[in-house]
This record gives sequence, structure tokens and C-alpha cells, in this order.
Amino acid sequence: MRVGLFIPCYVDQFYPNAGIATYQLLRKLGVDVTYPTGQTCCGQPMANSGFEHLTKDCNNLFIDNFAEFDYIVSPSGSCTLHIKDHLHSEEAEEKATGIRHKIYELVEFLVDILKVKDLHARFPHKVGLHQSCHGQRGLFLTQMTELVAPYFSKPQQLLSQVEGLELIALSREDECCGFGGTFCVVEEAVSVKMGKDRVKDHLTHGAEYITGADMSCLMHMEGILKRENSGVKVLHIAEILNAE
Amino acid sequence: MDGATQTHPELSEIFNKDEERVDWHDETLWWIRQKRDKSAHSIPEWEQLRETASQIKNNVLSDLSAYLVSFEEKALANGIIVHWAADAAEHNRIVHGILKENGIQQMVKSKSMLTEECHLNEYLEQQGLDVIDSDLGERIVQLAKEPPSHIVLPCIHKKKEEIGDLFHIHLGVPAGTSDPQILTETARQHLRETFLTRRAALTGVNFAIAETGEFVVCTNEGNADMGAHLADVHIASMGIEKIIPERRHLGVFLRLLTRSATGQPITTYSSHFKKPRPGQQMHIVIVDNGRTIQMGREDFRNSLKCIRCGACMNTCPVYRRSGGHSYHNAISGPIGAILAPNLDMKKYADLPFASTLCGSCSNVCPVKIDIHQQLYKWRQVIVKEGYADSTKKIGMQLMTFTLSSPAVYRTAGKAGRWFLKHVPFAVNNKFNPWYKQRDMPEAPAESFGEWYKKNVKKS
Amino acid sequence: MSRDKILAALRQNQPEKVALPTTLSFERDVNLNLAEKFKAMAEGIGSKVYMVAGFGEIGPVIGMDFPSEKRIVSTVPELVSAAIPAFVLDADPHTYEDVDVAIFKPRIAVAENSALWITEDRMGVRALPFITQHIVMLVDIALLVPDMHAAYEKIGSADYGFSTFIAGPSKTADIEQSLVLGAHGPRSMTIFMYS
Repeated sequence: MRVGLFIPCYVDQFYPNAGIATYQLLRKLGVDVTYPTGQTCCGQPMANSGFEHLTKDCNNLFIDNFAEFDYIVSPSGSCTLHIKDHLHSEEAEEKATGIRHKIYELVEFLVDILKVKDLHARFPHKVGLHQSCHGQRGLFLTQMTELVAPYFSKPQQLLSQVEGLELIALSREDECCGFGGTFCVVEEAVSVKMGKDRVKDHLTHGAEYITGADMSCLMHMEGILKRENSGVKVLHIAEILNAE
Repeated sequence: MDGATQTHPELSEIFNKDEERVDWHDETLWWIRQKRDKSAHSIPEWEQLRETASQIKNNVLSDLSAYLVSFEEKALANGIIVHWAADAAEHNRIVHGILKENGIQQMVKSKSMLTEECHLNEYLEQQGLDVIDSDLGERIVQLAKEPPSHIVLPCIHKKKEEIGDLFHIHLGVPAGTSDPQILTETARQHLRETFLTRRAALTGVNFAIAETGEFVVCTNEGNADMGAHLADVHIASMGIEKIIPERRHLGVFLRLLTRSATGQPITTYSSHFKKPRPGQQMHIVIVDNGRTIQMGREDFRNSLKCIRCGACMNTCPVYRRSGGHSYHNAISGPIGAILAPNLDMKKYADLPFASTLCGSCSNVCPVKIDIHQQLYKWRQVIVKEGYADSTKKIGMQLMTFTLSSPAVYRTAGKAGRWFLKHVPFAVNNKFNPWYKQRDMPEAPAESFGEWYKKNVKKS
Repeated sequence: MSRDKILAALRQNQPEKVALPTTLSFERDVNLNLAEKFKAMAEGIGSKVYMVAGFGEIGPVIGMDFPSEKRIVSTVPELVSAAIPAFVLDADPHTYEDVDVAIFKPRIAVAENSALWITEDRMGVRALPFITQHIVMLVDIALLVPDMHAAYEKIGSADYGFSTFIAGPSKTADIEQSLVLGAHGPRSMTIFMYS
């Protein structure tokens, strides 16, 4: 099984540790993982702003980089979902379709494909789990509170394997943090308010760390935490699952 | 709100100046969302009900012309007078015509979002007629000279003290009254007088049954019935999409409607109007106003399945923190944001962007409209039709250029430098909307790509 | 003509025909005690519920619950007495504006939401169940059905000019979501359940 590692652009640039943890974790679990160095971005920033028609070259680049792998794994629910829903190519639609079916967000790859039961990780802290919308409602990482359906949570399933980790309860289990791509600047006022409210929920319940499967949401909440001079930190879930 | 030039971001920023009020608004609507959850979770077959409702509505859309003809035929046979209006202006003229013909100057109206969409009140007032809204929330916003901010909870943005002030000015309650019990009683007395003296009543329509020619109106207050049963002339305004095929389908929709809206098991009154009472005139005005165009937009037509429960507003984290008026349209919230661009793409170009695409709206929708996916698709249409602002366009083109080429992306340099140059939220100054209230992430010593090259690729 | 324009536009724009769902059957809890469920739902939305053995018990309770109400009318002949006059038809519905208590016998009672189905022929006049200050409903427990689907099965293709489901007293929560009973219709609903 050959796995191609897709590291979203902003993770590459700002949160290399999330990428490194993802890589190391996969290696630790015996996965043959490669990072194709010609990759850039999934095209979501343009598409979500209404410029999907500009993503043609970006899509083809993605296909060039990843078509050859058995699986593509990415530490971002949002970018994974974008590829799953929107990757198309006039030149190589067959390859695009293949990629749409074999791309996995890290947590779902660990739970559904590798079926990880025992992680050997240790993180003795109180942790709040942020359910990023695209991972949750788009990739079904966790059951959604709106639906009348049995509960499950893949990230929780993994975090429960981490020694010493105490997962805190939240008042609003799956409310959006307000990042939303360019929404965070176009709708600055509402975005900030949503972020503040989300952070507050974690803080009131005693979180020392906020984690999740999407660094973009965490980046948003980090921006607010720092501005509020809070000591609470954000960590990508890969960093916790890889902690020893 | 016609002629409004302010956009959703601008209006939301104003709304967010009073953070305490935003918290209050958010908590109030979240509480309703929680009541909806509790109610839905008490029905094990909830998801099956949603699916059935969705299928019925899909069938309705696919055969709407035939259903409308059947509805009209049955309604006529039942003694109801049927009118058709191509747009808001024709709807308003028809209503005015009916009133004029009967020599009526004053009308009482129960809740009808369609008449809000058509701006009927303003039109009739210009013709010198007097309209009183009888739903308590609608009456309150009418006294405040504001449009409703929510389709089910018209004055959800108002605090009881503000309502007390309005009632002090208009209905004579002592200054400083804010007890909802007293305020409601005051409105009851005031509107009872109205019901008893108006010869014409207008109601909305929740469901119109093609099989029988009857229509159903749901209220908690009893105001639609008080108006209709005491008036000589009953006018019911309905959008063409209000049709459902058979009477028994009401079982599905009435179970979903209020549970989705407020968590109630059913409204106090679900009234089935089939024939006028002896001596009464009953009119139905069937309105298009852009709906047939929306029907032709494959990606957006199923927005016409909407039964106006308001669940998408209550769950929307953006709506809760920006208020209904920030959508500057009769129908606010996520559903408003996918309906409005059909009416005027330029005026409402901002609305599909007033969302994080979190998807909660689609999950609560009782007829399973893919609201958040339609928001995404409207963004593409709006940009393609040229309604995106030009600075955004240049930024996006630059971004595309860089992200389409690994060489450009890499030579942009060390970690963080490319982003700091090209990502709109990556500058540490007061003009940067990210930095205004949030800190920037720190640029690390090396990017993941650089780390990989050093630590993995070489070995 | 707008009618033809609208219909033509629809024929042009509506999608290919999709079938209706063939059944409207949903799983039901067969062990549900309908009377208990109905009572709990009715009380939950502010109705007062009495379980009585027979009609004889009802009159005195009404007398006690509404001691000072002046105008009481009964559309139910079995419940007419010296204290409770029979409904008398007046073509002008405005003449009922001073009714304090009106008594009705609905046709169907729905356990899942305590809604009572009452057709026009049992209302006296259409306005009466709404204009009265207080409403009293006499519910034979044989009328109970579990849910709205069952209710509509029972209604079938019945003809009526007007009919309604009524669940509880009129209410509003338009002011800051504070629930107030007695909006524009009755301020209270009293239900007598008998078998």
C-alpha cells in the first residue's frame, strides 16, 4: 500500500509540526508514505470564494502529484472534502475520479482503513475537541447533533486510546468556529464573534489544549486565544496521537 | 428594505457593536434549536419522515403545473375564487382590486411571508388603505416600522423593554411595562377590536391540497381564524410551491413543520379551509414572483421545497450572530440566501457568502434542501455573472497563479513568506481584517516541505 | 394571462417526473397507551385534562371551574342543562364575541400531539372555537389515534367546508420567547376524557 501525503498549503507554511506529526505517525504505523514535493493546494480558497472556474491548473497539478498512489492521506478534513467533492479535470477525468475515491482525511484513514486500536500515545492533559464542520458534516467523522441517528465519533475513538488524555465536554458539541475560508476576512465581525464563542466554550470547560482534525479552524481559534493572552494552546490531532 | 445599499458584512458589523445583545440573540435562537433537537429526537422515525417529505416535494416540483391545475379546478368547485399573479405587483393589484370591489378600506392580515416578499402593506398604504398585522410578532414590527427579522419569530431581535416602549406609544400601556404577559394581553384587547371590525382578512397558506382544493393555515395565536371567520371577505395568498398532492400527505408535513420550527409537537391551530362559509367570499391568489425562473435553475430549484419552518435560521451560527435584518431581504437566513439571488442577483450577491458552509442548515431542513451546497453553487454563479467585486477578483487570480505552479509556490521563499504576501488575511496591520481582532500565526523556521527535504528525502 | 404564462413556464422548467413515495407507513410503538400519551401531551401544552366516568360528572366540574363566566354555550346536546344553554345559531358570527365558555365534541383525538380534529358541523359557527374565551372539549377515548398519519387515514376523503386541528389554548412566545397562553383565541382549554 503506497500512500501519498497531501499537506495543505497553510499547514506547509505555518504549521509544519502538524505535517511532521502526520508523517511520523503514519510511519510509526508501518505505512509506506511519500510526500510528493510538487504539490501546492487543493484549490478550495478560490472555489469557496466563487472562483471554481480558476482552479483548473491547480486541479491538474494535484492529479499529477497524486494519481499514482493507492491512498492519499491529508491532515485536513476541509481540503480532503474539497477534493472529494470538486476535483475534476477535462484532461484526466478518470484519474480525478480515482483520486476522489481514494483520498482520506487522517482520522478516517486511521479508523476506517488502518483500523487502529492501540496507539501507544501519551498526553496527560485536559483536551477540548473541536469538530470541524467539513470533517464532521462532510466526511462524517462524527455523528451530527442535528440528526436522529446513533452516536459515533472517529476522532474521539482515537483520542480515547491516548494515555492520560482527558476529553472535556462542551456546551455546543458541533458549532462552527467561524473560520470558513475567506469568510474570516469578508465577514470579519461575525467570524470573530463565532471564534470567540467557540473558544469560550472550551475555556469554561477547562481545556488546556484545543485539538481537531482541521488546522484552519485551529489557526482561527489560536488567533483569538493569543489576542486574549490565553495560555491555552491549539494542537492538530496528529500531534496528540503522535505524542509520547 | 428596498433600496438598501448596505451589505451583509456591513450590517453584521453594526449588529456586532453590541456584543451583549449578540450573545442574547444567539442564546435565544440556540435555545429554540435545542427544543427542535429534543422534539426531533423523541420521534424515532424522524429521518424517515424527512426523507418522505423530501420525496413528496420532489414529486410536487416535477409535476407542479398539473397539480396547480387540479388545485384550481377543485377550489373553484368548492366555491373559492382563484386568481393568478405573475409577480408581486400583480399580486398587490389583485388584493387591492378585491378590497375596492367590496368597498373595504381596512383589512386585518395574519402572517404571510409572501405578502412581505411582495411588500403588500406598503402598496396598500400608498393606495390609502389600512392594514393591521394580527400576529403578535408581526404587529410589533409593524408598529416599529421594521420588516420581520425571522420568518417564524418576526420580532426575535427585539427585547421586551423595547416592545413595552412601542406599546406605550401606540397602545397606551404605562411607561416601563415589559412583562410579556401584560404586553400580550394588551395586544389581545387591541386586536380583538380589530378582528371584530374588519370586513376583510388576508391569511397566508401553509399547504394547498391539489386533490381537494382546500388549503391549510397553521397558527398558534388563532389570529388567522379570528380574522377569516369574522370577515366577509377572506383572501389567502400563496406561492405556487405551496402545493402538496393529497390530504393524507399533511400527516407528514404537520408532524415536521412545528417540531422543526420551535420544537412544538403541532401548532395550536391547523385549519383546513375548503369552502367559504355561507355569504362569505373566499379568494386565493396564486403567485409566481420568480418561482418559475428558480424552477428552471437545476441547481437551485429544490429551494422551492421549503415549507418556511425557519429551522435553518435557528441553527445557523451566522444568522444567530448577525440578525435577520442583516440579510436585507424578506426571507433571511440560509434559505433566504439561496432564494434571494434568484430575485435580484446584484442586490443579493453578498448573501451566499454570508455563510461558513458549515452545513448545519441542510441537516435540520425537514424537506432536505441541500442549502449549504446551493450557497456554494450560488457563489460560482455570482462570480461568473460578474457580481464579485474587482479587488477580490485580482487577489484570486494572483492566488491561483501561485498555487497552480509548484515553482512559483516554492520560490516564493521560506515558510510563511508566500502567505504573508498573497493571502489576504496575512498582514499585521490595522487594515487587515484578520489582525483587527485576531493574532497572526507565527511563521515557523521551516515549512513542512523544507523539513521533508532535509529529513526524509535525503535519507 | 398570468395563469397560462405561469403554467407554461412551469411545463418548460419543471424537471422530469419523479414518483410519489408509495407508502406513508412508519414504525409505531404498539404498546403505547394512547390515553396516557394524549393526556401527557395535552397537559404539556397547557390544557387541563379530566378523566371522567360519564357525562353526568362533566356539568358540575364546568360549574366549578367557570363560576363567574356569564355566557356559556354547548354545541353538545347531551351536555345542555339549566346552567349550560344550548348553542343557538346566529348568521352573524360577531354576536358570539361575548361567549366565555364554549363546549364541543371533536371527531378525532391524536395522541402524539393532543390535537383534536373538529369539523364545521360540530362548531356551531366557524368562529366559535376561536372567539370564545375558554374552550371545553369532550373526548371519547374511542376517538384516539396514535399519530397524524392515523388521523388522516380516519379523515379519508370526508367532505367539510372548514375543519381544524386544535391543540391546547391559543398561545404566543413572540415576546422574548416567553410563553403566554391566551393570544387571540381561547385563554384555556379543558378536556374531559370519557369512555
